[in-house]
Amino acid sequence: MSAFRIAGKGRVNHSKPVRFTFDGKTVQALDGDTVASALLANGIHLVGRSFKYHRPRGILTAGSEEPNALVGTTRGPGRFEPNTRATMQEVFDGLKTESQNRWPSLTMDIGSVNDRMHKLFSAGFYYKTFMWPRSFWDKVYEPFIRAAAGLGKSPTEEDPDHYASRFHHCDVLIVGGGAAGLAAALTAGRSGASVVLVDEQSELGGSLLSEPSIEIDGKDAWSWLDATVAELSGMANVRIMTRTTAIGYYHQNMVGLCQKLTDHMATPPADAPRERLWRVRAKQVVLAQGASEKPLVFDGNDRPGVMMAGAAQTYLNRFGVTVGRYAAVVTSHDSAWYAAFDLLTAGVKVNAIVDTRAQVDPTLVDSARALGIDVFLSSTVTGTSGRKRVTSMTVAPVTDGKVSGGSHVVACDTVLMCGGWTPNLHLFSHTKGSLIWDDENKVYLPHEKTEECQVAGAGRAVWGIADTLKDGADAGAAAVKSLGKSGAAVTFTVSKDRTGSGETHRELPTDGDPGSARAFIDFQNDVQAKDIRLAVREGMKSIEHVKRYTTNGMATDQGKLSNINGLMIASDALGRDVKQVGLTTFRPPYTPTTFGALAGYHKDGHFEITRKTTIDSWAEEKGAVFEPVALFRRARYFPQGSEDMHAAVNRECKATRTSLGMFDASTLGKIEVVGPDAVEFMNRMYTNPWTKLQPGRCRYGLLLGEDGYIRDDGVIGRLTEDRFHVTTTTGGAPRVLNMMEDYLQTEWPDLKVWLTSTTEQWAVVALNGPNARKLLEPLVEGLDISDEAFPHMSVADCTVGGLPARLFRVSFTGELGFEVNVPARYGLQLWEMLWEAGQQYDICPYGTETMHVLRAEKGYIIIGQDTDGTVTPDDAGISWAIGKAKPDFVGKRSLARPDLVASGRKQLIGLLTVDPKTVLEEGAQIVDDPKQPIPMKMLGHVTSSYWSEALGRSIAMAVVEDGRARDGKSVYIPMPNGVIEATVQASTVFYDPEGARLKL
Amino acid sequence: MTHFSALSLFKNALSGHKNWQEQWPEREPKAEYDVVIVGAGGHGLGCAHYLAKEHGITNVAVIDKGWLGGGNTGRNTTIIRSNYLYDESAGLYDHAVDLWENLSQDLNYNVMYSKRGVLMLAHNVHDIQSFQRHIHANRLNGVDNTWLTPEQAKEFCPPLSIDPGARYPVVGAALQRRAGTARHDAVAWGYARSASQRGVDIIQNCAVTAIRRGPDGAVEGVETAKGFIKAKKVAVSAAGNTTVVLDSAGVRMPLESFPLQALVSEPVKPIFPCVVMSNTVHAYISQSDKGELVIGSGTDQYTSYSQRGGLPLIEHTVAAICEIFPIFRRMRMMRKWGGIVDVTPDRSPIVGKLPVPGLYVNCGWGTGGFKATPGAAHVLAWTVAKDEPHPINAPFTLERFTTGRLIDEAAAAAVAH
Ligand SMILES: Cc1cc2nc3c(=O)[nH]c(=O)nc-3n(C[C@H](O)[C@H](O)[C@H](O)COP(=O)(O)OP(=O)(O)OC[C@H]3O[C@@H](n4cnc5c(N)ncnc54)[C@H](O)[C@@H]3O)c2cc1C
Repeated sequence: MSAFRIAGKGRVNHSKPVRFTFDGKTVQALDGDTVASALLANGIHLVGRSFKYHRPRGILTAGSEEPNALVGTTRGPGRFEPNTRATMQEVFDGLKTESQNRWPSLTMDIGSVNDRMHKLFSAGFYYKTFMWPRSFWDKVYEPFIRAAAGLGKSPTEEDPDHYASRFHHCDVLIVGGGAAGLAAALTAGRSGASVVLVDEQSELGGSLLSEPSIEIDGKDAWSWLDATVAELSGMANVRIMTRTTAIGYYHQNMVGLCQKLTDHMATPPADAPRERLWRVRAKQVVLAQGASEKPLVFDGNDRPGVMMAGAAQTYLNRFGVTVGRYAAVVTSHDSAWYAAFDLLTAGVKVNAIVDTRAQVDPTLVDSARALGIDVFLSSTVTGTSGRKRVTSMTVAPVTDGKVSGGSHVVACDTVLMCGGWTPNLHLFSHTKGSLIWDDENKVYLPHEKTEECQVAGAGRAVWGIADTLKDGADAGAAAVKSLGKSGAAVTFTVSKDRTGSGETHRELPTDGDPGSARAFIDFQNDVQAKDIRLAVREGMKSIEHVKRYTTNGMATDQGKLSNINGLMIASDALGRDVKQVGLTTFRPPYTPTTFGALAGYHKDGHFEITRKTTIDSWAEEKGAVFEPVALFRRARYFPQGSEDMHAAVNRECKATRTSLGMFDASTLGKIEVVGPDAVEFMNRMYTNPWTKLQPGRCRYGLLLGEDGYIRDDGVIGRLTEDRFHVTTTTGGAPRVLNMMEDYLQTEWPDLKVWLTSTTEQWAVVALNGPNARKLLEPLVEGLDISDEAFPHMSVADCTVGGLPARLFRVSFTGELGFEVNVPARYGLQLWEMLWEAGQQYDICPYGTETMHVLRAEKGYIIIGQDTDGTVTPDDAGISWAIGKAKPDFVGKRSLARPDLVASGRKQLIGLLTVDPKTVLEEGAQIVDDPKQPIPMKMLGHVTSSYWSEALGRSIAMAVVEDGRARDGKSVYIPMPNGVIEATVQASTVFYDPEGARLKL
Repeated sequence: MTHFSALSLFKNALSGHKNWQEQWPEREPKAEYDVVIVGAGGHGLGCAHYLAKEHGITNVAVIDKGWLGGGNTGRNTTIIRSNYLYDESAGLYDHAVDLWENLSQDLNYNVMYSKRGVLMLAHNVHDIQSFQRHIHANRLNGVDNTWLTPEQAKEFCPPLSIDPGARYPVVGAALQRRAGTARHDAVAWGYARSASQRGVDIIQNCAVTAIRRGPDGAVEGVETAKGFIKAKKVAVSAAGNTTVVLDSAGVRMPLESFPLQALVSEPVKPIFPCVVMSNTVHAYISQSDKGELVIGSGTDQYTSYSQRGGLPLIEHTVAAICEIFPIFRRMRMMRKWGGIVDVTPDRSPIVGKLPVPGLYVNCGWGTGGFKATPGAAHVLAWTVAKDEPHPINAPFTLERFTTGRLIDEAAAAAVAH
């Protein structure tokens, strides 16, 4: 058995040994141990090095507030994480742990030279130096500072685990499974309310786990706990989650929970998620998070072996581990006396109890003396000794706050300290609930709340198990009552309770130079009392400035131990009342939360969904190359053999222009606008006039923002008097629908119009090319699609190959074109049918890249490529799309703004390079005079640029200052490797300017 | 006041650091100032510093409702870059970067401006087009910005995943080498120390409740929690609260205020050598001198003045970071917080005179005004001193929203077809 383990004691399983390693050495542990309890059981106190001074550090606490004992943990390939709290990590066979922030080893650490120079490395020292010579900052100083930074090492491999997330609703969420939380859960649970009870520890019980001698309802604490947990577990309306941390408290009673599922297991089930993030929306929240024990601030309070008295008690009672052989206690609170008695009873020699108070409950003092403990009241600790383990502490008497006599040394291998208790109000503070300073208890208490919550137990300075149980039950009853349910608070009888009181101090008096004292407040960040005083001296009078200047409270424990001590010292240094100084803001999460858990399922392919059309699988089979467009993936081109994109696109373009191409246009946004006022609505939204558009006809629609700039476009068909089929760009669909809804609901609520997104309801196949009608005609029933009966820009319902269809005659290529819309479930069937039937015309499937080239040859714009949110209809050369006679439409007023009608605007034009083989780079900038010095005056930029197979040369579109007036003139495109000359063409149409091919 | 240097640090260390002086003394407001600046963020304090240093105007008060630097200045992810698209923006941000280079020396305060390079990731064809447009424009404007292949990007930032099968694969990146980060608190403190050394009063915990105008419409001073303070010139640098402050002067601003969140991981040894931004997935990351990964989100979806953001956005941000940097999935978020950013319709700031005599503003920085702190503060000080805009901020007027002369940086990021 390990040297410091007491046989049979505690809640660990003495018949189930576990082995793990620490810095490569095997450690014997028991099932139920934490890494910290197991190390202590083996007499190992030195477990890490501090951040700045690399001081040797031990285990300070037994909970999630631990600042010192952070280790790297590994459980196999890819499963390493730094900065794990040894006090929270449960042991299992095969776990590997390592100490951090030391080199080459924990006992021999080069970085500890910093400790020798600690006087230089005062708070904020780096703001005052490292400025000369200037270039040294980048090359010398900063790399040096950075190399010293950080605690553990980052993982370097991909994490093989996965994470889960869930939403949950309940009546009452109880955070904390100690006495208060359990009493609240019993009360709420018995009332029938749906209850969630969470605790970050591996089991419920809170402080009861460390106080087995208390009796509740005639049972010892642990029997009562077993019975209570059994009762709660038996209730169908109660969900208990251990190893679950409430990380943040958000608006409208939403609490985020992080549940650890496998980190305690030697062999987790194969597909189990490692952690699960819950978003719980609770009608009522009970915060029963207890209190944290506060360190005392004295010279040498950070040596390994110095720990919180309550932690020692937990290691003893819960884990059956004694933290040393001969201890000394320094305290300002009664609770440490009980810890001393427990340790003494377990066989630890307690050499002294030093209490800062002059008056201590005489029964405590008498009991101590009767047990043979030296008692020093009204005393201070002026120092400790021992480098890697404390060996003694020095005690001196105090009168009126000053050392008033000679000191003497108490030998010890462990110092137990207690500076009182701080209510855990982090979550309450997340809600922006206000806190109020309680002068009697010297703590902050919850004051005005902003959410539906109750704080119970030690969290509002209710001490002792009897009162805490009652407080928790009352909170549970209050929660139940506000739900409109009935349920009386459960009552309890408690005996052998231990209550106590204490005092809160700033740093303890010393007889030495306070400037030389190494009295720590924030252990991890190495913030000392004198740093706080220095910050104040330098004018940091807000507690937030003190925090930031010294980094107090900014370590991984987020100030759980250090905030109040920092505040007490700052208030003293400022000569201001604590109340006026105030606390810094508590920020979520309550304890550090794994990135993976926050990301949840949103990983790899699930990071964001990939929208696919019903035809996507066909394209994939044919070896299409895809590109992302908004959330969709779209086939970009269909390479054959060893074709590259260029070759494939040339072939696809040619096939479409000479015979027949087919294109999956399903991704285009579709909105059905319906209702008696549909035409009025369309008139107000889009620039175009809609009143005279006949049912069965289509029109190109242009949508502006309120600022007069182009936002979206698409062909819009009028199906009946009161029904429009609106198409939008692929990426614009959600925005356009939102914009329409916004206007409809907030500006024009009087209009009788209904909007329905139908993007996913229709699959759309575009057929383009001189043979399009020949292919389609035999398949269409119920409609004459001849040019006379169904001219360009028509829409009608019919069947295509027996499938119900909405057929458009439209074109985005300049060729004779049809777009066949069928219910999405028939999409693939339609595609394959057209593909089969089209073989006689050498039908060619083409992708977005060919579509881009074909439309550019025709000068059709693409929103977001040829426009960028600063382009007016006139800039784009499409002011013909504006219904001049209309009284109003979105953006109309802005179009008249001086700058939108001024000369010198950038206009969209065509651009032909002097060398027809040169294809310009999209995004390249255009200038008048390429020889001017930098910064150059730029006229505009190339928006679209392609090789045109049909024209046998390159073509481009560009926005250029006064572009149309430059028709026929030269402009220059200065590239890194030379200047390219091009000629402006006022029209953007390069191919078939008369549009004859549309009318076939 | 003690000059900061290695020597003064050493001397003070020997005397137990007892002789350092206050970096900025606490002051009660005087009855009247030549200039009152509302908001002691980097921009407000910087304006005071330049007013005093370059224009000899020292009868100045900077008034804040909270502690100085406690607004977005002390909450931001400190990305500094100047590779903006438009000439106007390039001028303003590059002016700022020029000042950043010497700021520590100018203020005698190490603001830790770190030229680590900012890498902006492209994930699709549209990003490439947009970045190329920036790179070409920057090149002709003399602003440093280069295009990297995915492999070059990974070489520059080894934790980056360039897996072509990713949901948002990295298809390239734009790198600005002289871009980087700085220590936000030090910027506020350095400006505060320097300004107050030159005679400026910094008044904290004193909310400005209204701007008072005289019968002729001109500014007379400000109403504050500590009473009325007279001033013929008032400059407002109140970020997310600008709308509220200027409302009291009868000026309606085209601003929306949104929560913007950020977070840090637990500190780890150096692993991340630069700054990486992805506008497509909304993830911004660098590593602080303390070792924390500093990560920024996109704005929350709703407008708000409360400095409290929601959890869903953080989940998305972290998911995005883990996609691009899968090795960080087992790292932990240590702390998160939010600030309120003031967003204009064209995502460019408003810096200069308002249509009220004696009233000036520096606002609308939205999610990206830390980088501009020295530049904007510098030209605002000029504008206040001379009652006319500096050529650099002349285009950034309020009137542009009436005339339509927008400087639309957001538009350049218009989403794909
Ligand atoms: C999470 C986050 C991340 C960001 N990341 C970046 C980034 O990476 N790079 C970048 O360049 N920018 C970033 N920004 C934006 C940047 O922080 C801001 O644009 C910039 O700091 C604004 O500085 P400021 O001095 O104008 O405002 P602030 O620092 O906000 O100062 C305004 C001050 O005005 C005070 N005030 C308001 N109302 C009143 C009143 N009535 N009376 C008195 N005082 C008042 C406030 O208390 C505050 O101190 C980020 C912002 C946030 C919130």
